[in-house]
Amino acid sequence: MSEYAVELKRVSKHFGPVVAVDGISLYVRDGEFFSLLGPSGCGKTTTLRLIAGFELPTAGEVFIGGKLQGEIPPYQRPVNTVFQNYALFPHMTVYKNVAFGLEMRKVAREEIRQRVLEVLEMVRLPGVENRKPSQLSGGQQQRVALARALVNRPKVLLLDEPLGALDLKLRKAMQLELKALQQRVGITFIYVTHDQEEALTMSDRIAVMNHGRVLQVGTPEDIYERPTDRFVADFIGETNFLEGQVMGSRTGEAVVVVDGILTLHVPLERNVGMGEKVTVAIRPEKISLHADPPDPRAVLGVVKELVYTGTDSRYIVQLTDNVLITVRQQNVGIGDSGRFALGAPVYLHWQPQSARLLTA
Amino acid sequence: MAVQPRSRRETWRLLFLISPSLFWLIIFFLIPLLLVFAISFGQRGIYGGVRWDLTLRNYVRFFDPLYLRIFYRTVIIALMTTILCLIIGYPQAYFIATRRPRWRNAFLLLLMIPFWTNFLIRTYAWLLLLRDQGFINTFWTSGLHGFLLRLAEMIPLPIWDALLRATSTPLPLFGTDGAIIAGLVYDWLPEMILPCYAAIERLDYSLVEAAQDLYANRFKTFTRVILPLTMPGIVAGSVLVFIPSLGAYVVPDLLGGAKSIMIGNVIYSQFMAVRDYPFGSAISFVIMVVMLVGSLIYFRMGSEGSR
Repeated sequence: MSEYAVELKRVSKHFGPVVAVDGISLYVRDGEFFSLLGPSGCGKTTTLRLIAGFELPTAGEVFIGGKLQGEIPPYQRPVNTVFQNYALFPHMTVYKNVAFGLEMRKVAREEIRQRVLEVLEMVRLPGVENRKPSQLSGGQQQRVALARALVNRPKVLLLDEPLGALDLKLRKAMQLELKALQQRVGITFIYVTHDQEEALTMSDRIAVMNHGRVLQVGTPEDIYERPTDRFVADFIGETNFLEGQVMGSRTGEAVVVVDGILTLHVPLERNVGMGEKVTVAIRPEKISLHADPPDPRAVLGVVKELVYTGTDSRYIVQLTDNVLITVRQQNVGIGDSGRFALGAPVYLHWQPQSARLLTA
Repeated sequence: MAVQPRSRRETWRLLFLISPSLFWLIIFFLIPLLLVFAISFGQRGIYGGVRWDLTLRNYVRFFDPLYLRIFYRTVIIALMTTILCLIIGYPQAYFIATRRPRWRNAFLLLLMIPFWTNFLIRTYAWLLLLRDQGFINTFWTSGLHGFLLRLAEMIPLPIWDALLRATSTPLPLFGTDGAIIAGLVYDWLPEMILPCYAAIERLDYSLVEAAQDLYANRFKTFTRVILPLTMPGIVAGSVLVFIPSLGAYVVPDLLGGAKSIMIGNVIYSQFMAVRDYPFGSAISFVIMVVMLVGSLIYFRMGSEGSR
């Protein structure tokens, strides 16, 4: 038995001339809540369908529970899917929908009854057995779809944007509920979403995808705090990108000159060459504003714009002729947002490790 | 949806909208129908006219074994036609509906092209194919039968040797129920394919994937999901094929020869040959009622299964 619930080894999927998935390798651990995150068309749903068996890879290998899947059809794979549009059978009652998988596997009638009622209880939907899916609300249908998959006790549960059709409030509630449910049943979840906040909230680990490739795999904190790729830093949360050139390095630090005049000190995690073009990424909330320089490395700028957004104030600060940077300050006290007026000079400061050096 | 009380003005507007079709149906359908209904209680005049009367004689006469047998045969032929259309048409519809959109239209066009030819010519073509000096039998007597016999001598398989010896030359194709069914299937096949196509095309393919995801193999996926969800198409197609088959007149007249006739031919001869209008009307009415009741039950069944 492999320690991985699902392994993808250099898997590609081509649709004619279109490369949907481009040689990706993924290792999903047993019992993990694993998210595939990326914009639409990044290949995340195709990846899920390759695991489910709805698509066969053009190249590469898919393993489930250590077993090579090859051309095994979907109905013989130990995984179940929660579809984006739920795909509930409209001609069957809720009971029949949930019982479908067990009936196909010829489970005894009495056991089916017991397991169906149990799982409906688990997704907090008791008493709707005899209704048709069309008589349920969107949130209820979503729970039925979840119950229909979970009742089979699969090794891996595949979820394709299952909360996409729900309204914001319901979606937030379901995120927490899904996460709690996953921890209770201990089934490996592979969760496809384009919503970065959703992925950060629920996942043990996230794979960020774009153009059919996996750019970074890591914990939510890894992905947010230590992005290794410009796309990852941009897609997750908000980031300032400052393009510059390496002008020197010393003891774990690179000196990067931006726009010819602005000098930044950025921690080094790899070797960079002199003169190499790089991008420095800093999140807006990692920067603090000061009237007087708190540190010799603080950077001077001028407030160009100020937007009050309730919890925060967003400042656009001009650093050089060509460089603007966004700074977010939490409004701790009343009147905080007026602390720096338009046109006022401010000093920007951040902890050294808050700035990330990315390849340009 | 809640039914809202309509203002009188709106009622008049709706009546105005349907007035052309209403006018048409009343003049050319309802009144003639009532006329036929009235005649069916009359009696044949001595010189072929109608003697108005109020007798059930014509309806009683329908239950004569002679007519019942023809009616029974007619129902069987119509059923066989429907079943054959379904067996041929449903897979065809499934094939077309699962092609890419631009291919679908091309296939549908190919399906319709033969039907731009006149109905009589198409049926007559079957006559040329099936009769004793027809295309198939020319081929059969002029060599195929002999060739197969010689083949049977070389490769001795008992059953087909006996079968070949039992078959005559020419093959009795023309003038059989089989010939009628072949002609009817050919004529009404699109009526089956199109509703089935519409139903299959509308089917949400993720339901098929969901079934497969839940351990249903191809066969189970078909019987548990695809078939019940496309049942409305099958029901509509079956009714569209069965009803005109039951009333068929030209096809059995041309392909059934003297031996095989259907109830449509009986009605025709009552009106045109025997000139017994009342009896012809009575048969027409009985068939109409049978069709109506049958379709109602069938539609009810179909919609039950798909809901």
